[in-house]
Amino acid sequence: MSDTATTTGRAPSVYVPSAEALATVLAPGERPPRPSALSASLTFGWRALLKIKHVPEQLFDVTAFPIIMVLMFTYLFGGALADSPRDYLQFFLPGIMVTSVVMITMYTGVGLNTDIEKGVFDRFRTLPVWRPSALVGMIFGDLLRYVLAAVVILGVGLVLGFRPDGGLIGVAAGIGLLVVFSFAFSWVWTFFGLILRSEKSVMGVSMMVLFPLTFLSNVFVEPSTMPGWLQAFVKVNPITHLVAAVRSAMAGSTDPSNTMWLLLWSAGFVVVFGTLTMYRYNRR
Amino acid sequence: MSKRTTGLAVEAEGLTRSFGETRALAGMDLSVPAGTVYGLLGPNGAGKTTAVRVLATLLRPDGGRARVFGHDVVAEADKVRARVSLTGQYASIDEDLTGVENLILLGRLLGLRKPAARQRADQLLAAFGLTDAGGRQVKKYSGGMRRRIDIAASILNTPDLLFLDEPTTGLDPRSRNQVWEIVRAVVAHGTTVLLTTQYLDEADQLAGRIAVVDHGRVIAEGTPGELKSSVGSGTVHLRLRDAGQRPEAEKVVRAALGVPVQLEPDPVALTARVGGEGSDLAASEQAARALADLARAGIVVDDFSLGQPSLDEVFLALTDHPAVPDDERDEQLEAAR
Ligand SMILES: Nc1ncnc2c1ncn2[C@@H]1O[C@H](COP(=O)(O)OP(=O)(O)OP(=O)(O)O)[C@@H](O)[C@H]1O
Ligand SMILES: [Mg+2]
Repeated sequence: MSDTATTTGRAPSVYVPSAEALATVLAPGERPPRPSALSASLTFGWRALLKIKHVPEQLFDVTAFPIIMVLMFTYLFGGALADSPRDYLQFFLPGIMVTSVVMITMYTGVGLNTDIEKGVFDRFRTLPVWRPSALVGMIFGDLLRYVLAAVVILGVGLVLGFRPDGGLIGVAAGIGLLVVFSFAFSWVWTFFGLILRSEKSVMGVSMMVLFPLTFLSNVFVEPSTMPGWLQAFVKVNPITHLVAAVRSAMAGSTDPSNTMWLLLWSAGFVVVFGTLTMYRYNRR
Repeated sequence: MSKRTTGLAVEAEGLTRSFGETRALAGMDLSVPAGTVYGLLGPNGAGKTTAVRVLATLLRPDGGRARVFGHDVVAEADKVRARVSLTGQYASIDEDLTGVENLILLGRLLGLRKPAARQRADQLLAAFGLTDAGGRQVKKYSGGMRRRIDIAASILNTPDLLFLDEPTTGLDPRSRNQVWEIVRAVVAHGTTVLLTTQYLDEADQLAGRIAVVDHGRVIAEGTPGELKSSVGSGTVHLRLRDAGQRPEAEKVVRAALGVPVQLEPDPVALTARVGGEGSDLAASEQAARALADLARAGIVVDDFSLGQPSLDEVFLALTDHPAVPDDERDEQLEAAR
């Protein structure tokens, strides 16, 4: 644990800075060319993977939480809303997958907030690289978590009797759409991660946004059963478009209108919140 | 090479920056000659970190302007970033990652290819005595090792200007010496170092010039020699056996040194500054004379030391208030009422 931990059994070796050794590392070498935006972002993505490797507990959120969600809602609502939990699952699984993954996106903000507290971002922000790369890379790492969560949910669903008509390709396309949206939506949280003071307040704001967004949608029931004013909200809710698009992809059909709306929303999130995020990031 | 070590590395004029009601920088002027170690000396809350963050492009000043190697820190931030690096007051490396991973990460971000980044990381770890620790997470490092990996990360691209924010605060004397050696090597190879510290002796050991900072302003500037002689180059600390003899001891010492003597809260202790501008005797000679006079007067001295003035004494001399942060001082004033 300490300076001497590696030298147990030997006399603790004391570091004595040697002029020659320091000279070899201090000789001004050639400056390599500045890395491209993509390369810098991927390098930051690699950092996110390393963090998962060293702190695997962080995957708990993306595995346990979705499993609980699927089990809970399938058996809670399944009997009441459809003839059996198994029937309900055909309708419900794509929705709960979207809900879980979209909920997990908030950890992007929480993670950024703690990272910035610790000061390592001070170094990143003094590097002459493409400015958004630290954040883009971080979200790249999060994409892995989104895919993982989606696959876990799919696995649980298959065990419980989910049988998507779209087959492997349909399911992959559905998850693809979900990941695209989640990437875009993560920028909302990077913004809040930057403007809010503590991890706790980021969590608080995330919950306030996420609960209405995911529950006031077509995830659990068809909107036709809802009162008119609620239908109006549900109809414009991006989660509704996302769920509809993912559902039809997994069912083996396509839904161009919802898919287009979903992509428009995604582009909007990146443009608006990406810009706001970078504005804050540069001006802290 | 010549461009790295000639001219001014930093020129700042009238920098201001507030956080709410707090004026962290209140019109700071600085000029740091390239190729030297420059010390920013000041107590907690003086504005050292804020100044460093402005110069390192992390924070925008509210007013004033600053240039690093001729580039404006706001308008040409990217050009500045290409030439500086920063070791912050608190860890500026990723504590979850290992030492090697941190260095490879930064190497890649600075444009090295993977094998070159790996090689550079190994070289740096060896030079900083961290080869054995390279594979361990930084959060498991000792304080001294942490500082070293942080500095290693900062010189990965041999910057032209290196900011070290309180590089030795909280380190034991040995680790402190190691950092000092590293700083000396860094500047010997042509990198300008701007370091902040709360310790006069550190600034004295390392810096060619020092700016004393208080309340977001430079209140004195010069070589360590100039600063010390304006304050007095040393302080005599005396502890008597008998508190009852203190009034007499004060008279004897004042007569011997020709300077005011301060009575400490400890009833047997006195201190006096020696070696100031007005005296043609060396501090040690003055001290010896005071000791001899005390012996002649029959006053027993249990403990005697001659040391450099502390930061607090420098502050007293420069500002007539001691070097304590505002809030603590307020508490003290409160207590005094
Ligand atoms: N981000 C911030 N938000 C609010 N106040 C701040 C912030 N940064 C600094 N300050 C305030 O500005 C003043 C100067 O702080 P700064 O950190 O620059 O001092 P310092 O000289 O580095 O002190 P120290 O020796 O404690 O590191 C302090 O009163 C501090 O509380
Ligand atoms: Mg500081």
